Amino acid sequence: MIARINPFSALQDLGRRRFLVGTGATLSAAAVALMAGRPALAAGQGSKDDNLETDVRILNTALGAELEAIAAYAVGAGSGLLQKPVLDLAVQFQGHHKEHAEVLAKTIRNLGGTPVEARERYQFPTDGLKTQNDVLGFAAGLERGAVSAYLGAVPLFRGRELASAAASILGDEAMHWAILRQALGQDPVPTAFMS
Amino acid sequence: MKHRSATAVLVLAAFVSLPAGAIAPGDPVRGEAIYARCQACHALGYDRTGPKHCGLFGRRAGGVPGFRYSPAMAQADVVWDANTLDRFLANPTGMMPGTAMGYAGIADRQERADLIAWLRQASASPIECPP
Ligand code: HEC
Repeated sequence: MIARINPFSALQDLGRRRFLVGTGATLSAAAVALMAGRPALAAGQGSKDDNLETDVRILNTALGAELEAIAAYAVGAGSGLLQKPVLDLAVQFQGHHKEHAEVLAKTIRNLGGTPVEARERYQFPTDGLKTQNDVLGFAAGLERGAVSAYLGAVPLFRGRELASAAASILGDEAMHWAILRQALGQDPVPTAFMS
Repeated sequence: MKHRSATAVLVLAAFVSLPAGAIAPGDPVRGEAIYARCQACHALGYDRTGPKHCGLFGRRAGGVPGFRYSPAMAQADVVWDANTLDRFLANPTGMMPGTAMGYAGIADRQERADLIAWLRQASASPIECPP
């Protein structure tokens, strides 16, 4: 049994406090950062608003990509091209992306931002999806990209807790990628490092 | 025999020891593989979380009609070419603070050159980017 954890749970209180301060309380940014155990911020990496804005922007771009992934898996699962047990995988992975999206949106709200919403329509290269392997290959490409995207986001977060939470999503995307490659008959873990 | 191998070593060395800081011309085949890192957010032919890349070279930053850019990108006074892309891809948020492309960048110059060489071809490909 694998326990379900929310990698962002430690942030919820932090986010609320930072948000309250942002809306008119008189604590200094350094005090908030210290309260939240964030010496890097307390030492002054940028202004509080700058840091919040930066983190919200990164989270919102990640959320946009997660929402697209949810829609992509819906297209894949609804295509009629996936047979069990691969179909079950697609549904399960879509569920993970939903969890990522929920937790990202909640964190953005906690930080005082406004989460992006899913678009009404997404464009997918559906013309090229004619077989189960086409769908799996398409999904694998998205998951591989997602690993890189989170990898590229991790060093940019001003809040270290956000970086570690994003890394925990990265780990999940990497597992999806490996399993999809395995299902395609490819080497599931072709490299020792991801970039 | 000894002499010949010494010459071979010299010839090889001439190829291998490019002047400090120089890189080989971009290799689009390697560049295509590097583009996999961009594919959570971008496609050549259509907008996703990030804008489409067809028509990138010679276009103003923030120039895809209908794509909702950040103010930072929309107002940037930049035209995309090999040089501006190299600077942006090395450190997107450094070159353009406030950009919504929350991605640390590609530190390796050769990888950037390869990626840019591929982007130059692919973003003008009549198949991926029909007029
Ligand atoms: C996490 C998602 C994400 C990833 C990963 C990503 N981008 Fe972007 N990219 C964006 C977004 C969002 C924008 C629009 C930025 C803005 O409006 O500030 C953008 C903008 C751009 C632009 C400017 C385009 C224009 O129309 O002016 C270029 C060029 C670009 N990205 C190239 C790349 C390349 C090459 C990679 C891979 C190395 C990459 N991006 C990875 C999200 C991403």
